[in-house]
Amino acid sequence: MKDKIKLLQGDEAVVEGAIAAGARFFAGYPITPASEIAEGLAEKLPIYGGKFIQMEDELASMACVIGASLSGLKSITATSGPGFSLKQENLGLGMMIEVPCVVVNVQRVGPSTGLPTSPSQGDVMQAKWGTHGDHPVIALAPSSVKETYELTVNAFNFAERFRTPVILLLDEIVGHMREKVVLPDEEDIEIWNRKKPEVGPENFNPYEETDGLVPPMPNYGEGYRYHTTGLFHDRTGFPRGTNEDAKNLMDRLMAKIEGNMDIISLYEEDIRDDDEIIVLAYGSTMRSAINAINQAREAGIKAGWIKLKTIWPFPVDYIKEVGRRAKALIIPELNRGQIIKEVRENVFGNAEVHGINKYDGTLIKPEEILNMIQEVK
Amino acid sequence: MDRFEIRLSGAGGQGMILAGIIIAEACLYEEGLNVTQTQSYGPESRGGASRAEVVLSREVIDFPKVIKPDILVALTQKAYNKYYNDVKDEGIIIVDNSIELSNIKVKTYQMPIFEKAIEEVEMKLSANILVLGIIDSLINQVKSSSLKKAIKKRVPERTIAVNMKAFAVGKKLAEGGKIDE
Repeated sequence: MKDKIKLLQGDEAVVEGAIAAGARFFAGYPITPASEIAEGLAEKLPIYGGKFIQMEDELASMACVIGASLSGLKSITATSGPGFSLKQENLGLGMMIEVPCVVVNVQRVGPSTGLPTSPSQGDVMQAKWGTHGDHPVIALAPSSVKETYELTVNAFNFAERFRTPVILLLDEIVGHMREKVVLPDEEDIEIWNRKKPEVGPENFNPYEETDGLVPPMPNYGEGYRYHTTGLFHDRTGFPRGTNEDAKNLMDRLMAKIEGNMDIISLYEEDIRDDDEIIVLAYGSTMRSAINAINQAREAGIKAGWIKLKTIWPFPVDYIKEVGRRAKALIIPELNRGQIIKEVRENVFGNAEVHGINKYDGTLIKPEEILNMIQEVK
Repeated sequence: MDRFEIRLSGAGGQGMILAGIIIAEACLYEEGLNVTQTQSYGPESRGGASRAEVVLSREVIDFPKVIKPDILVALTQKAYNKYYNDVKDEGIIIVDNSIELSNIKVKTYQMPIFEKAIEEVEMKLSANILVLGIIDSLINQVKSSSLKKAIKKRVPERTIAVNMKAFAVGKKLAEGGKIDE
């Protein structure tokens, strides 16, 4: 047990979680504050029979990760804002051709080079809309080192289970912070692997809906003929250029995520029956929120909190329901207000919605949230 | 033990972050405390401001950064000027004697940190470990043996002896150090 207790950085927890989830391939390009992930995987992957490659840039890294995953390896890349921008086109390809992989973005302050060593949550909307067109997105945001480990495993499991890229959104605080983690035993970790085809190569279509909306996936080189394209395609994987194929594929890509909200949507709450003010947060900001709520409760204020671990897809039904029972929601974010827009849309006038926003590279302090709670109570 | 907060500040390259990690590891692995260790530094690899923070507690630590330090170490004038006002009334400040003090409100220990690192340890870079020796003799949250163990685990093997010396020099310095109150 004792050697399972570790003082780890969030970035290091990504490494541990990835290895535990079965990741055996990394391609990437170093960038602060995500470089420790590459560093750790460069050391660990070869020990586990995996491969590490530093590519010439982020575009190639993303392409490389997609290729490795098609060949059967659980694959990951890690970057920060500027690199995340560069990965967007191939990220869209991964969604279109349904390739399981994990893309980590340890957020720093942008745009451009911004504040390379300071925390931000400015890429929340980019995670959702960074690549063009409608598309399915799963994005997870841990608030502690322990959660980073757990959500990294979740990210691989969702990627494999739903055959799609999953974005893991850390921020500089969570990525660089060191704290205690108790690593679970191997047998206590639930692992999902991609579904393999049950038919032989002669009867195989790469995008066939056999059961459920997620087509089985053989590895490249296993003898299955397999064509992929970023064009809209039918079940054979080839483009026919029909409007019907475009609609059908888009509907299925969205439905395989939206139809599984009960599995994908991860959140925690501490709301008592008579709590009127609810602070909803994610990532490092959550730490300040919990501190503030504890202080508010000591002062007799009826307040509770919601922690979003899955930020995309957004838990629409849950937030609608919360909006009906709360008097006010407070949304602290290290950006100019991104998730608050989703909250407002879904609360739709039922409760007041207030934002606390910082984008100067500093954290939101507990007292700033406490002040807002006192103001709206 | 309630929340106890340490801020180590100086210039990039002075080893403040390593010192923070060592305190954190000593408190977690040897003392069984909850810890969070965070850092703040500029984009440059040397120079620029650098700050490491450690929060210790028996309880779960929610806000991971220092709110009001119980201990502030400042190795540069810039760091001192920026942070001396944040320290708790009953907190302490440890500074190098090259630093010009202003408006002393809390217990301030001014010591020849770099001078001793150069003259007695013969390695200016050991100032961060020397500072750990000073901290060790001023607080009781962590045992000497725990800190020493953590230092040995973190520094390159060939430098263990010199770092142990730096730690001892720091302790000695604190015990006879000049105190401004």
